Amino acid sequence: MLKWLRHNLVVFAGLGTLVYMLAPNVVVFVFSFNDPVGRYNYEWAEFSDKAWTDPCGVAGMCDSLTLSFKIAILATLCATVLGTLIAFALARYRFRARGLVNSLIFLPMAMPEIVMAASIAMLFLSMGMDAGFTTILIAHITFCVSFVVTAVKSRVIGMDPALEEAARDLYASPIQVFLRVTLPLAAPGIAAGAMLAFALSFDDFIITNFNAGPDTVTFPMYVWGAAQRGTPPQINVIGSAMLVIAVLVVVAGQIVGRRNRAKA
Amino acid sequence: MTTPAKTSDAADAAEAAGPKHAGADGRPEPSGPARALRAITGELRRMPYLLLLPGIAWLIFFFLVPLYFQAKMSVSSGTLDKGFDLTWTWSTFSAAFEDYDEHFLRSLYYAGAATILCLVLAYPLAYTIAFRAGRWRSLLLVLVVAPFFTSFLVRTLAWKTILSDNGTVVGFLNTLHITDVTATLGLTEGDRVLATPLAVVTGLTYNFLPFMILPLYASLERIDPRLHEAARDLYASPASTFRRVTLPLSMPGVVAGTLLTFIPASGDYINAQLLGTTRETMIGNVIQSEYLRVRDYPTAAAMSFVLMAVILVIVTVYIRRAGTEDLV
Repeated sequence: MLKWLRHNLVVFAGLGTLVYMLAPNVVVFVFSFNDPVGRYNYEWAEFSDKAWTDPCGVAGMCDSLTLSFKIAILATLCATVLGTLIAFALARYRFRARGLVNSLIFLPMAMPEIVMAASIAMLFLSMGMDAGFTTILIAHITFCVSFVVTAVKSRVIGMDPALEEAARDLYASPIQVFLRVTLPLAAPGIAAGAMLAFALSFDDFIITNFNAGPDTVTFPMYVWGAAQRGTPPQINVIGSAMLVIAVLVVVAGQIVGRRNRAKA
Repeated sequence: MTTPAKTSDAADAAEAAGPKHAGADGRPEPSGPARALRAITGELRRMPYLLLLPGIAWLIFFFLVPLYFQAKMSVSSGTLDKGFDLTWTWSTFSAAFEDYDEHFLRSLYYAGAATILCLVLAYPLAYTIAFRAGRWRSLLLVLVVAPFFTSFLVRTLAWKTILSDNGTVVGFLNTLHITDVTATLGLTEGDRVLATPLAVVTGLTYNFLPFMILPLYASLERIDPRLHEAARDLYASPASTFRRVTLPLSMPGVVAGTLLTFIPASGDYINAQLLGTTRETMIGNVIQSEYLRVRDYPTAAAMSFVLMAVILVIVTVYIRRAGTEDLV
């Protein structure tokens, strides 16, 4: 018994960490059913499903959500294209300035977000550009590119070049090789990079806060404002609903993947 | 400035003509094999630069050029209405150190504490997922990543509920007199946890924990379990197996994880703002308010520059010490 306990001590410690990580999500979910007394939703008052039946019932929140989606989708598209091209160049070719390019990719990830936020805001200031949708989008693309490069590069490096050689030997044209062999092989890396970019952009606060205008309030900015003005349970609804949807997508993906593997 | 787009350079030819795998352009030219070969190698030589051009141009213009503008702003003076002129005023830097040295130190202290806590908390979980989870492995990994899908600000606000003065957690800590111990250490005040350094460090640890777990897991998962068996066969105790086999082999994950938590934590101002008071303000809070509220851009730029320099020095020294330079 004592031996079993000692053997599994690490598992208990690990599960403890998991509790620490998931506790806030449980609180967010439970408090989405709260009917708070006063402006802040930090203390339990009584059960209510008002927030779930009327998720857009607070002014401006759903607009901020739409804006966040718009920016995240556009930023993901641009960053994925730019990052994937760089990743292919780094993984497939030797060229001069390779070290410089690697540092230029690493540097944005190696400094606190606030440095990038303030510096890019100063660029827009010097250029006389008004803060708004475009400035947020540009800033988001900039910090997402490095993460896409890292994700795609590791995938492309791990790809077997023999497969593409085989396709060429079988008289596939360069375009066919790329579309039918290279791209499908690299797809998981590109998808991982794109998902990372989307998550980073959608949930970004610091860089957005420095580069947003008064009319461009993203969802994280809305929550930040709410923390000062009063937190409606609706933000908990959005937080919980996105988690549930994401987990469902992951589970569905796993089931489809398993079925495909079973077929093969 | 870095301009990697060099096209015709004789010295470059040998290097660029030999890409690892002849790329996607084996188009044959009809007019003689020699010319065809030259055309192909010429095209191949340009290929990496063509691929790099859009992304690198973007990063130069929106990442490096802004750093130049920030440097320029840090030695400028002026006001928002009249505009800012380059006056080579270095006093912004000395002021940044004199007025805000405690904020700098506090940031490094909080970020360091959060990083160590992350490592201590993340290691058992990453170890469990890598070696003990069996068929639960993918479920546990999903649970580690799942919180990301709820906006981190909403989750951070949830700590206000968890750590509230008359909540279960604080009540429990009070009964065990743990708050007395932390109060003596200056981490908490009275019977409270919220609005103290402990709350801020708790929030920082919580926010960056996944960035420690995932690289740790990635490096642990690569360890061949047979090495553990071999250590056991050679009469190593579980403790010395961990110390002499597992831990050294997981060092790349430890280094990557500590960097991924320490760097963002040092510049964070969200946890200090939401879970702390003005006594817990970090350097991020100062930069934020100088930039967005006071609109003293030169001071904000100088402090941001100092923060960047401090972090880059720490990261470089740390990577050299840890001996893993191939992180990316």
